[in-house]
Amino acid sequence: MFEIFGIPSTALFGQLLIGLINGSFYALLSLGLAVIFGMLNIINFSHGAQYMLGAFAAYLLLQYSGLGYWPALIVAPVLVGITGMIVERLMLQWLYKLDHLYGLLLTFGLALIIEGVARNYFGSAGLPYTVPESLRGGQNLGFMFLPNYRAWVIVASLTICFGTWFVIERTRLGANLRAATENPTLVRAFGINVPRMITLTYGFGVALAAFAGVMAAPVYNVSPQMGSELIIVVFAVVVIGGMGSILGAIITGFGLGVIEGLTKVFFPEASNTVIFVIMAIVLLVRPAGLFGRRT
Amino acid sequence: MEQRVADPIARQPSALRTHAETIAFVVMVAALMVAPFFTYPLFLMQAMCFALFACAFNLLIGYVGLLSFGHALYFGWASYLAAYSAKAWGFPPELAILTGTATAAVCGLVAGSLAIRRQGIYFAMITLALAQMMYFFALQAKFTGGEDGIQAVPRGLLFGIIDLRNEVAMYIVVLVIFLAGFLFIYRIIHSPFGEVLKAIRENETRAISLGYKTDRYKLVAFVLSATLAGVAGATKAIVLQLASLTDVNWPMSGEVVLMTLVGGLGTIFGPVVGSFVILLMQYKLAPVGEWVLVIQGVIFVACVLLFRRGVIGELANWLRIKL
Repeated sequence: MFEIFGIPSTALFGQLLIGLINGSFYALLSLGLAVIFGMLNIINFSHGAQYMLGAFAAYLLLQYSGLGYWPALIVAPVLVGITGMIVERLMLQWLYKLDHLYGLLLTFGLALIIEGVARNYFGSAGLPYTVPESLRGGQNLGFMFLPNYRAWVIVASLTICFGTWFVIERTRLGANLRAATENPTLVRAFGINVPRMITLTYGFGVALAAFAGVMAAPVYNVSPQMGSELIIVVFAVVVIGGMGSILGAIITGFGLGVIEGLTKVFFPEASNTVIFVIMAIVLLVRPAGLFGRRT
Repeated sequence: MEQRVADPIARQPSALRTHAETIAFVVMVAALMVAPFFTYPLFLMQAMCFALFACAFNLLIGYVGLLSFGHALYFGWASYLAAYSAKAWGFPPELAILTGTATAAVCGLVAGSLAIRRQGIYFAMITLALAQMMYFFALQAKFTGGEDGIQAVPRGLLFGIIDLRNEVAMYIVVLVIFLAGFLFIYRIIHSPFGEVLKAIRENETRAISLGYKTDRYKLVAFVLSATLAGVAGATKAIVLQLASLTDVNWPMSGEVVLMTLVGGLGTIFGPVVGSFVILLMQYKLAPVGEWVLVIQGVIFVACVLLFRRGVIGELANWLRIKL
């Protein structure tokens, strides 16, 4: 054990790891928000609630159908994604021609409904979800102990993030998506079903949130309010990064997670607020956000 | 935002329009004077504070088209400072309310000048994030009393003579503050300044090309809105003798949006009606506990999908008048 700036290295690396974990979730969630915003022009306030739904889906699947972590990692996002698509067809599709604000208000209402129902049935205390058998234990890296599950969260999050980036920026499907964002009428004229594409995009964005929720279940407790506070931080992350760039959302997410973790070591009182302070500074220096284009 | 003002209204003679507003105002004042004989004065006072809060919020969304999702910051911090100055420093109520209001004005100036640097949806996210930051400050600061809040705030003697422990005196004071705030907002909306705000709402680019420094107008409107929200919060702290974390947390910001949306965005009387409706609902539904959250969510969804004009907006549209 050695010290860095008077802080024991284990504490420093420990917080760095927690920062990377939090950053994984910031990145996944802000990525989902950016994908949805790009296609639907809606800020999905219920993103946090859908993340929480993912965690609860994993919990319920384990309790009532005996499906463990690995199947839940696929099944829960699919289920939550389907509910998202239903919501898009029933409600969101009527708002595209209106001011953006109505989308925010509607999804805020949805978030209240989801959180309220969850609180009614599960109370506000957290429910435990154990780490899957195959990922228990950890590695001793010499300077710190790395639990396997945490390493898995970081790797999985990075994989999903870059996979999404690749699909949107480097494939034909992504090219169609981006074209539909720019000019939906023209893309429809080429015979592409844009409304269906929008529905699937929303479903995918929501599934990303649910995927993050399943991964979060063993790290944090599964609780009804796990999403609502996180989503506000993610909003700040999105303001800092700007939603124009997917890569930007990923980098900002991880970067801010790490900064938050370091703040916990050096100045714990500010760890809750540091991301908001950074947001304020970025707004002063670069109003369009780090990766945003001036609108 | 479209469909806030229906076209046929604009073509009607202006005398009728002013009459409609005057009649509605007289009805409102009369109702507020008679109401304490029929229901709990404390409930009415609380409702008037929230009504002023919602009117202040509506000044921004209804007339400048800016959705602030962090108005709990001004309401809550004004409430804290009013409560603290009355309890710890022994300020009389008028000074306590002024202290709270000034706090809200300063917070509004700082948050507003940051938030107006971005447009549209980002504006809402920035205001929400800044409010959450100040919520964490309130949670950690010593003087706010953390989870307990500041309790048993003395109501004191207004101007050294009027004892506010008397419910009648307190009621009249709250009524006067509410009506003064309401008329002040009415005056702003109908001033040349208010016309520029509406121009910014309709087409900001055009307003800029006409030579208006829209950022400055938006900032002034933001500070005014925050200050009036502060008046409401500070008064609430004196009335309920309590300032707590509930007042600064994000659900409060959502609640004021809901009140305004239910009553009607961009209508003068809408926020008042909306806040009474929502508060009444909370009182009636208190026994069902967490379901209140679900019901609020359902109202949000229903309002956005079906009644975007809100109660007063629909009424005004139906009667072809302006309210």
